[in-house]
Amino acid sequence: MKQELSLTMITHRSIEEGIALEKGKNSREYYDACTVIEMSELDMFRLGIEENTPVRVFSSSGEVIVRAITGIQSLPPGVCHIRQGVWANQIVPAITQSAGAPQYSGFEVTVTPAPGERILHARELVLRSVGMWTGEDDATDP
Amino acid sequence: MPRILESIGCPFCGCSCDDIRVTVSDDGNTILEVENACSIGSEIFLNASRTNRITRPRLRQPDGTMREITYEEAIDITARAIIRAKKPLMFGFGSTTSESQAAAARVMELGGGVLDNCASICHGPSLMAVFDNGYPTCTLGEVKNRADVIVYWGANPIHAHPRHMSRYAIYPLGFFTENGHLRRTVIVIDPRKTDTANIADYHLQIKPGRDYELFNAFRMAVQGFEDEIFETVSGIPRQMILEVSTILKQAKFGVIFFGMGLTHTDGRNHNVDIAISLVRDLNSSSKWSIMAMRGHYNVAGPNIVWSWTFGFPYCLDLTRKTHAHMNPGETSSVDLAMRDEVDLFINIGTDAAAHFPIEAVRHLKKNFWICIDPHVSMAAEIADLHIPVGIAGVEVPGIVYRMDNVPIQFRSVISPPDGVLSDEEVLLRIADRLEERTGSRYGIPDSEKAGQNTNGYRSATG
Repeated sequence: MKQELSLTMITHRSIEEGIALEKGKNSREYYDACTVIEMSELDMFRLGIEENTPVRVFSSSGEVIVRAITGIQSLPPGVCHIRQGVWANQIVPAITQSAGAPQYSGFEVTVTPAPGERILHARELVLRSVGMWTGEDDATDP
Repeated sequence: MPRILESIGCPFCGCSCDDIRVTVSDDGNTILEVENACSIGSEIFLNASRTNRITRPRLRQPDGTMREITYEEAIDITARAIIRAKKPLMFGFGSTTSESQAAAARVMELGGGVLDNCASICHGPSLMAVFDNGYPTCTLGEVKNRADVIVYWGANPIHAHPRHMSRYAIYPLGFFTENGHLRRTVIVIDPRKTDTANIADYHLQIKPGRDYELFNAFRMAVQGFEDEIFETVSGIPRQMILEVSTILKQAKFGVIFFGMGLTHTDGRNHNVDIAISLVRDLNSSSKWSIMAMRGHYNVAGPNIVWSWTFGFPYCLDLTRKTHAHMNPGETSSVDLAMRDEVDLFINIGTDAAAHFPIEAVRHLKKNFWICIDPHVSMAAEIADLHIPVGIAGVEVPGIVYRMDNVPIQFRSVISPPDGVLSDEEVLLRIADRLEERTGSRYGIPDSEKAGQNTNGYRSATG
């Protein structure tokens, strides 16, 4: 069992994210759809974690806490996926290779188990990221 | 009696399906039922009359709360902010009509700022490749009626374009393709075994970021250099590359649909460039086309509208007054943000706060942030000024450009909430106000541009 694992991250759309997006980014559906990191069974085993265990994902640009699940659309070992949106973009590097488009896919991340850590909801995460969070709202999950 | 509206356009993905049936209540205010649309499209329609909408602009107060203001005030604040800013950036337009994209062109030409659209973080690299290498493409109608080999490269239409396969590419019975999917070969190239890969005849599970090499290997196979291909390229065995390249060469009419798998990974425009070259090679022995899987129903619109207005499709720097300038990497939104080059940000028809890398959002948020959007998106949550508008394609009619650049007239199905303006009306009124305030139809003189740099809130409203 390893306490951390280096993986290649892909962030893309999924239909669950698309439907939830239209319900609103503060909706429970959006939270449930986008706060998952999908990885291979082997990588889950290597990390010694079970389904839905919170994990901390680091990249060169930041970190985010999401819950780990075995890929619904299967992934090879060494590759992981967070659905596009608020949580994925906490760690997407703003590197554009001079072409305008950031590195939404194909960047290195480190994943470590973070059992018991709270997964922030979209509004709190974004407001915290830009320094606007005052804590006045209910800080629990949506 | 509820009314049934036929042939309605769907404001979700680049498929821009225009065969939706919508049932509307007697009073014309509520959408009761949606037929033919995918699950995401249905959600857009049903949500329009379900949610508690914001119906008046809101301005952030010094204590951080939002106060309701009139449209008149919001338009005046926006115009003044544009006048004061040295380099305002207006970004978005994935989910608006082409009429509002034309109105935005007028605003930023007058305002002397940067005009950019979602392509910048999406298929912008594809457009760069098209400049360099051409675009041997076709319409989706031709795909339906002629194509017998379909390649999805770095695209997952089951999730991102849910009706693409059923309406255009795989399953429909066309004029020369009367057997539908039975006579079509589907090839998917993706590092993940996606749901699209699961229904393909061939899934090439490529290593992430290794697209260029695999395209190169296909080009070698097509040009007759089979023996020089390595045993494995990008994780794909040589034998598989040869087998698939034979199918490509023997196609009657083939199409490569490519998605974000090419434009968001290492190589960017070069991946698309070599894809176009492969299509050119294949056209020496067969008939092939290539098409970008555009993400939103009218994300192609700004590229068309601004090309005929300014000569360039996106990343438009209009600060020079005499001519438009485009240079992705320099005038693209994320790069401008990261270099702190803009001093006013206007988000319209997108959600930059949710879909830009958060570092770029932090940089942009140093300045006055205006969000023009029907919903309380993340961009609206952090905005200093939020101007709500009608939902394009549901409450506001207009022209949209499908992923194959075919223009379609979308109709509205219900009216926007009382007093809520459309994007186009808001933008045209901002343009009028710019003309009034500067007394010029030819843009803001440099002497008026004080620049607001560090505290956009104060200078924009003061």
